[in-house]
Amino acid sequence: MEKMIYLKNVVTLQLNEKNCTGCSICMVVCPHAVFIMNNGRAQISNRDACMECGACAMNCPSEALTVETGVGCAAAVINTALGREGSCCCIIEAKNDLPKDQSKSCC
Amino acid sequence: MNQPFIIGSVQTPIGDVPKISSELSWSDHWGNFKARWGVGRMHYTVDPGLYALGEPNEQSPVLVTANYKMSFDRLRETFSNRHAWILVLDTNGINVWCAAGKGTFGTDELVRRIEFSRLNDVVSHRELILPQLAGPGVAAYKVKKRIGFKVIFGPIQARDLPKFLDTGMKATPEMRRKTFRMYERVILIPVELVSALKWSLLILPGFLLLGGLGASSGFWQGVLSDGLFAVLNMLGALLAGAVLTPILLPWLPGRAFSQKGLIMGLITTLFITLFGVFYLDIRQDYLSILAWFFLTPAVSAFLAMNFTGASTYTSLSGVKKEMQWAVPLEIVGGMAGLILWVGSRFIF
Repeated sequence: MEKMIYLKNVVTLQLNEKNCTGCSICMVVCPHAVFIMNNGRAQISNRDACMECGACAMNCPSEALTVETGVGCAAAVINTALGREGSCCCIIEAKNDLPKDQSKSCC
Repeated sequence: MNQPFIIGSVQTPIGDVPKISSELSWSDHWGNFKARWGVGRMHYTVDPGLYALGEPNEQSPVLVTANYKMSFDRLRETFSNRHAWILVLDTNGINVWCAAGKGTFGTDELVRRIEFSRLNDVVSHRELILPQLAGPGVAAYKVKKRIGFKVIFGPIQARDLPKFLDTGMKATPEMRRKTFRMYERVILIPVELVSALKWSLLILPGFLLLGGLGASSGFWQGVLSDGLFAVLNMLGALLAGAVLTPILLPWLPGRAFSQKGLIMGLITTLFITLFGVFYLDIRQDYLSILAWFFLTPAVSAFLAMNFTGASTYTSLSGVKKEMQWAVPLEIVGGMAGLILWVGSRFIF
């Protein structure tokens, strides 16, 4: 019930098991328990649960993980398509000219 | 900046460090409430830097957070009767997870902030506790290499920190899973609703006006029947897409948010039609009723699709895939509804 899964077979997460050193930091940072350890190496056990946040790839010291990261946010996709600065919660702009009320959605 | 949560200072080798309260005041709660409704949310900040919680010494743990005031408050309120250093990064007032995703809660800022606040001289150990959701922005192994501090990823929720610290920095699997439970969904609704309501304030008068202009029974009669029916449907679309879909998210069929919103929108349109026609006794011809069965679900689906940005489990690849079919469908549905409605009043 609490284990929500979004669309299937879309995630870009890739694990190159040859490069994995088994440090298991990916298991620590992943917020959706995508990885398990198998014989001292990481393995993707629940690919569809991945939300492409990129925490695992960012923290993998042996660069065994790749993923096309981004915010899964429709408003941001629309803004990008329209050539506007992404809105969504995650707008980060120069501190002094934060536009008032770009708080369109999220978080 | 005026920071009323500072209640004194703690002496350290680098001078006085501001001491903060672990108790939230009424104005803190009020500020959080306003931010949830989108009021002042983009400027709800804390000054970056080092703070003392309780009476920390050189061996006390260092907890790192963002300078979004709500993130800061969640952290300090869990720490009554405990002693810790709080290192606040400059994330432009954005929460930990979003800032990590954008890189502002990142390795560079962390290293810079440690140097700037001379943390080296304040604590004797070389460990930092970061929220797990800082992971997309902070590479622990790079922090170690660049500045010698070991990054420990703590639990996702600040409220699990005491248990985490008391059990020798061990997180249970539950502490490491980002959920999206009812409460977590409901607190995100106001911000979505406020932004949708702003748009509808522009649109609703237009519908009332058209409702009056196209009516055969006279302008005001039309405003009160067709115009009112239009307003009911538009508000129903907001309710369906921005409130009911988020609440009922796990139970609505399908995986795509647009589909969930579409279904919720159809159900809502049905209810509004029955309520308007039979209870309020609003006379509507079949074409206008049909029009709302296109328009209302289309708007609801669009709003539900936007809730992907608030959710904690949608991937960008998935959202793009969903939008490939959902956006055209929403546009076609919306246009079909508008054409039917306007047509039924002025053309057909």
